[in-house]
Amino acid sequence: MAGFTPTPTIRRRALLTAAALGAGGVRAAEDHTGGDPLGSMQWPTLRRQYLGQAPMRFAPEVLVKGPAFADDAMAVPLQVDARALAREGGGIERIFVVVDRNPVREVLDFEPLRALPMIAFRIRMEQASPVRAMVRTRDGRWHVGGTWVQAAGGGCTVPGATRADGSWSRTLNQVQARWFDNLIDGSRRLRLRVMHPMDTGLVAGIPAFFIERLQLDDGAGQPLWRLALHEPVAENPLITLELPTGVRGGLRLHGRDNNGNRIDAEVVS
Amino acid sequence: MTGRPGRIAAWAGGLALACAAHAQGPLPNAAPRLQPDAARLHYDLQPRALARGTWVIEGAVDDFSRANGCNIINTAFIATGAGVVVINTGPSRLYGEQQRRAVAATVREPVVSVLSLNLHPDYFFGHQAWADVPTEALPGSIAGMQAEGRAYADNLYRLCGDWMKGTESTPSRQPVVLEAGTQTRRLGGHTLELHRLRGHTDDDLVVIDTTTGVLYAGGLVFADRVPTTPHADFDAWLASLDQLARWHAAGRFHTVVPSHGPVHSGLAGIEQTRDWLRWLTGLMREQAERGTDLAELLRTPVPPRFARWAAQPAELHRTLTQWYPRYELRALSAPASR
Repeated sequence: MAGFTPTPTIRRRALLTAAALGAGGVRAAEDHTGGDPLGSMQWPTLRRQYLGQAPMRFAPEVLVKGPAFADDAMAVPLQVDARALAREGGGIERIFVVVDRNPVREVLDFEPLRALPMIAFRIRMEQASPVRAMVRTRDGRWHVGGTWVQAAGGGCTVPGATRADGSWSRTLNQVQARWFDNLIDGSRRLRLRVMHPMDTGLVAGIPAFFIERLQLDDGAGQPLWRLALHEPVAENPLITLELPTGVRGGLRLHGRDNNGNRIDAEVVS
Repeated sequence: MTGRPGRIAAWAGGLALACAAHAQGPLPNAAPRLQPDAARLHYDLQPRALARGTWVIEGAVDDFSRANGCNIINTAFIATGAGVVVINTGPSRLYGEQQRRAVAATVREPVVSVLSLNLHPDYFFGHQAWADVPTEALPGSIAGMQAEGRAYADNLYRLCGDWMKGTESTPSRQPVVLEAGTQTRRLGGHTLELHRLRGHTDDDLVVIDTTTGVLYAGGLVFADRVPTTPHADFDAWLASLDQLARWHAAGRFHTVVPSHGPVHSGLAGIEQTRDWLRWLTGLMREQAERGTDLAELLRTPVPPRFARWAAQPAELHRTLTQWYPRYELRALSAPASR
């Protein structure tokens, strides 16, 4: 539940509501969203919590592609593509994905290193919400893109299929991987699936249990990319990344979950 | 568009559309234009005479919405001379009640049977209005209604609001028992063939009235609307469409009442549905093998011949969200762990 701080948000919202009522319509056009193009009242607190005083701008060139409606609230497909910023501010340092209205807002934190700054994955959503990618360039600036995903919701508070039928323990942390060529010039696509129940901790009697770290190293042990995951990443994470075509040799995927179980698999390139 | 209750549609001689599946324009739709009234919760159900003793009550060719009252299904009734057979009871208790009044206002015979062609909610959620009449479905459909009824109700209350007032999932009670997948009923002046096919669901009941040449195709045939696939088995579905085409070739029916989309003559709906299922499964196979992610696939435009269909792209997105992950996992099957 790292970073899960409902109380300040609720208090803040109550203050905003009181302020709006107190104004009595005199300042009807007052903007409670901090200029958020997605029109979310959560944005000001979200910005303060994650970006502090760092310089930021809303960046339409940070593409967050999600469905208009989350037909499966337990596995909402998202793709973040920040390639348009690849040459800006010394290059991209990290891509941090958050969901404004999820009980756990943080989704993942991706350091592309030698991979392209794009990643696809699936998440759980508890209700309709903006989904944001906050991209930090090496000069310390943030570039924020996002999209709205409508949802009937409930995805964070029901157990996944392998938790429900108990089969998760037989496959925990097993890895499947496959390379795909020719989707993007000069790049090879790697699709990875790590078997894990990714319990959010929001289902009664089932504590949070999720993969925290994943990293892919080249044959010399140097990292190609690093990824921190949080509770909302969907069960059995399926992650799609883009790596340079020149990367060859035995690669190693390693990481751990929040209970200390290790993930360690060779990825043959 | 100018049809009224009692107007006889030109249902005979329907082979003209047999080769029209790839035509760009929509099928001719003789359904009356409905004006559902959300203030009065009035569906504006209008029985339209289709053949001798046969009426259809056509729903909107659309996706579920409050504007259409979530009435997107075609129901039907046949006055056989020895009682009325009703096919499907709509999405809500109110639909069932208004359907029952519409039937009573159209024909004098008592209703002797209510048939639901599969387990989906708008095939049986009007059953509360038919509590004193045998409600029949295939045994597998009844089991599915019992298992999933509550979840259907949750979903429809969310989508349809007040139109669902007082609706409780009320599964069919009488199993339709078939021998070798078939049953023939002679009722008054009509002969009804009941067949169990598969693919849209595990138990797709189809009814052929061989007296009038009308096929009640249930969810196996969609016309001018994206097929729904929550319980689909695509290979079985395609095989069932082949079976329907053979029956058509043998002259067993000429008019098709799909559950969703315009009533039409000939093979047009069968071919549309077949075209869609082949395109869809081919797309999922090819894109999974290419490495495309679901988030990307959801942004793929559909070929122009499907673009004008109702419920596009929402129904396609539902289908891809449910089914494409299985194709993705199949494509990933080579393990990396050692």
